[in-house]
Amino acid sequence: MKGARTAPDRQDPIALLRVRVAWQSDLAWAFRHSPLAVVSFVVVALLVSGAVFAPLIAPHDPFDPATLNLMNGFTAPGTPNAFTGESFLLGTDDQGRDVLSTILYGMRISLLVGFSAVLLAMAIGVTLGLISGYRGGWTETVIMRVADVQLTFPAILVAMLIFGIAKGFTPVEYRDQIAIWVLILAIGLSDWVQFARVVRGATLVEAKKEYVQAAQLIGRSGAAVMIRHILPNVLSPVLVIATISLALAIIAEATLSFLGVGAPPTQPSLGTLIRIGQGFLFSGEWWILFFPACTLLALALSVNLLGDWLRDALNPKLR
Amino acid sequence: MSAILDIADLTVEFPTRREILVAVDRASLTVSPGEIHGLVGESGAGKSTIGAAIMALLERPGRITGGTIRLRNEIISGLDRVAMRRLRGCEISMIFQDPLTSLNPLFTIREQLTETIKAHLGVTDAEARERSLDLLARVGIPEPGTRLDQYPHQFSGGMRQRVVIALALCSEPGVIIADEPTTALDVSIQAQILDLIRELANERQVGVILITHDMGVIADTTDRVTVMHRGKVVETGATRLVLGKPSHPYTKSLIAAVPRPDAKLHRFPLVSHDGRATEFRIDDLARNWNRTRAEAGKPLFEIRGLAKRFLQRRSFIPSRRKYLVAVDSVSFDILQGEVFGIVGESGSGKSTVARMIAGLSRADGGTILYDGKPVTGSGSIAWYRRQIQMVFQDPYSSLNPLMRVDAIVAEPALHHGLLSGKALRRRVDELLEHVGLGAAAGLKYPHEFSGGQRQRISIARALATQPKFLICDEPTSALDVSIQAQILNILMDLRERLNLTMLFISHDLPVVRQMCDRVAVMRNGRMVEIQDAEALFAAPREEYTRSLLSLMPRLDWLAREGIEGQIEG
Repeated sequence: MKGARTAPDRQDPIALLRVRVAWQSDLAWAFRHSPLAVVSFVVVALLVSGAVFAPLIAPHDPFDPATLNLMNGFTAPGTPNAFTGESFLLGTDDQGRDVLSTILYGMRISLLVGFSAVLLAMAIGVTLGLISGYRGGWTETVIMRVADVQLTFPAILVAMLIFGIAKGFTPVEYRDQIAIWVLILAIGLSDWVQFARVVRGATLVEAKKEYVQAAQLIGRSGAAVMIRHILPNVLSPVLVIATISLALAIIAEATLSFLGVGAPPTQPSLGTLIRIGQGFLFSGEWWILFFPACTLLALALSVNLLGDWLRDALNPKLR
Repeated sequence: MSAILDIADLTVEFPTRREILVAVDRASLTVSPGEIHGLVGESGAGKSTIGAAIMALLERPGRITGGTIRLRNEIISGLDRVAMRRLRGCEISMIFQDPLTSLNPLFTIREQLTETIKAHLGVTDAEARERSLDLLARVGIPEPGTRLDQYPHQFSGGMRQRVVIALALCSEPGVIIADEPTTALDVSIQAQILDLIRELANERQVGVILITHDMGVIADTTDRVTVMHRGKVVETGATRLVLGKPSHPYTKSLIAAVPRPDAKLHRFPLVSHDGRATEFRIDDLARNWNRTRAEAGKPLFEIRGLAKRFLQRRSFIPSRRKYLVAVDSVSFDILQGEVFGIVGESGSGKSTVARMIAGLSRADGGTILYDGKPVTGSGSIAWYRRQIQMVFQDPYSSLNPLMRVDAIVAEPALHHGLLSGKALRRRVDELLEHVGLGAAAGLKYPHEFSGGQRQRISIARALATQPKFLICDEPTSALDVSIQAQILNILMDLRERLNLTMLFISHDLPVVRQMCDRVAVMRNGRMVEIQDAEALFAAPREEYTRSLLSLMPRLDWLAREGIEGQIEG
């Protein structure tokens, strides 16, 4: 016997065991013992699955003109239409579109823009933060000064600026098609700074630790040290910021769309719906505005509360 | 003499999510006026918890669940917050470990002292100032008149700790709790501070509880000692008696593990109190080792005029930049197969030298020749990196917490392209077996291991590339004394059986004596003296070395049970 025993299978012990370990982890425990977090999570899960499965669960397809009947316009919630006798849970808008269906489809756009913008901001911010924290010197000075300058402008202004410039460069016939992607780019670019700042701070702390020296000692390249060793250790604050940023990005998208510089009317987001609805507020058709606004509120609030809870749960000082 | 502080059957519990941790289990001890009572034990023994319980400063959710604490025959455990606040800082005060953080940096020393004096004694401003002056003079601060109006950052670490002591004294307390008061200080400062505490305790008849993990401090300073282990008091009594003739097996094993300044041991006796000892399988390791023949007496490293400076003030104009010289033209050789030690106080540049040799920081001057080939200057040193490895100081930060142990151990060999696939996996399993953790340890993450076990993982990682040269930067200074003995034994095994050449950096002279063949003493970036270890400890040539050696705790009266067979020379 040479002392070498083959270790048990390294690939994956048992998936079930992992689930149990995750369930017993401190984070899961903190989650189960915070009613606010559970409620927020349920609301977010309901809204997100509503958006994802919109084509399956929406009573109508608001973008199929064949199913629309102008006679259904301005039907109040829950009451049958005077002409057609059809009834809609949340009423209809001026075109006779079912408000519930437009909300479900609108959330798809809102969430798509929100998630993608945050991912973009995270990718840019984490990369620049890692580099400036690890390299230091001139690289750090330049990156962090750019970040400071950008912070002096309100994010929504930066987003509008980027949106406007991008729109100016695209031919008219493509504008509506790429509007969503321009929106993502605009919000993403306006939001990378806080990721960069937090990651830079965490990187400065991690880079001084001895495990980083151990990797440098064997001659691993800067990129390898940053990606393999430092990045995983700075991710938990990033997760918190990403959650809170998601709520902000959804609101930013709604604001831009409300101002008419965001999602086009052919692909309405929650913000677009609110803009359309506010025209009817004073003529008595309150539901066209009210229900999209409530959905936006519930979505942003619960994502935000979830982010706050996550920050507290991951921060040992607050426990 | 009646006791000023009497703790009887104190039990402190920390209820956590999964279980109730009993941090202190029916501990009893008494402190008389003018007595220094040492509280010693390894990490997790509950010694600091007792201090916090006396002050009613237990961190939540900790709570006292049994026993009593009496101060001058009055029960003070379980007092409410208001009553406790009157006692705290007045009848009982505390000296904390870190003098850099226990003073408020925004107030002058005078403001901090007079505030405390006025709060507790209710005297006028002039009287308070008078008292602060007296106190500063008493704790040995020169020119107290001018120093009084300075801010904490204008004081050195040792001076700050003196101010903290003055602060603890200003309400004329009956009991002072000193929690590791000198752990953050250099040995020379440590000796002064301990002398001061002893003098003051005697002069003012204050009872002092001195909490420490350092046997040397206990042996040198305390009158009586209480040894704690896992929350329980295992032995208590006069220091001379407990350390000279220990009766409990745990105390015996603890004392046997203390490095002696007066004798070099072949190996530390294996401390195996309740199974904390793990074996190290050097024979299995040595069998597969690619050994190169060491030619004794031939230098492996030739280091000439090594220098390093750090930028202190930035400026565009080179002539306006200010530098701190950390290492100033240092030259020495490291011979093949030897353990070369560098000792010095903090700021002496010893770690900077190690970092330059490790290739972690670039030298600003001088050359390092390894095996006759330069490793400073431009040019790839990948070949050199393959031959060297390092064991770091802090086992809690030297392993990436998010990497699995097998990946940590495999990384160096994988990076250098020495092994891959099955062969690499087998090497990792073998190494983990050899350092006594077992191959299954590879599937876990670092947080599942104790400090000593992590240091073993660190050693396994260092050995994965079969290096010829090992740098140990304070490898045991973060470890408990029994764990330190195990790790030092492992390092001695490696050196003896694998012909590893080692650079051993430490501030701890007795440890250096146990480990090293030749020792260099550094001070302010310069080499003061290089000598054979035995000669250095027997007859130091330089004044500075002599003064360092004189500060070593004298432990010749400590029990020798268990180590007699190991003494060399």
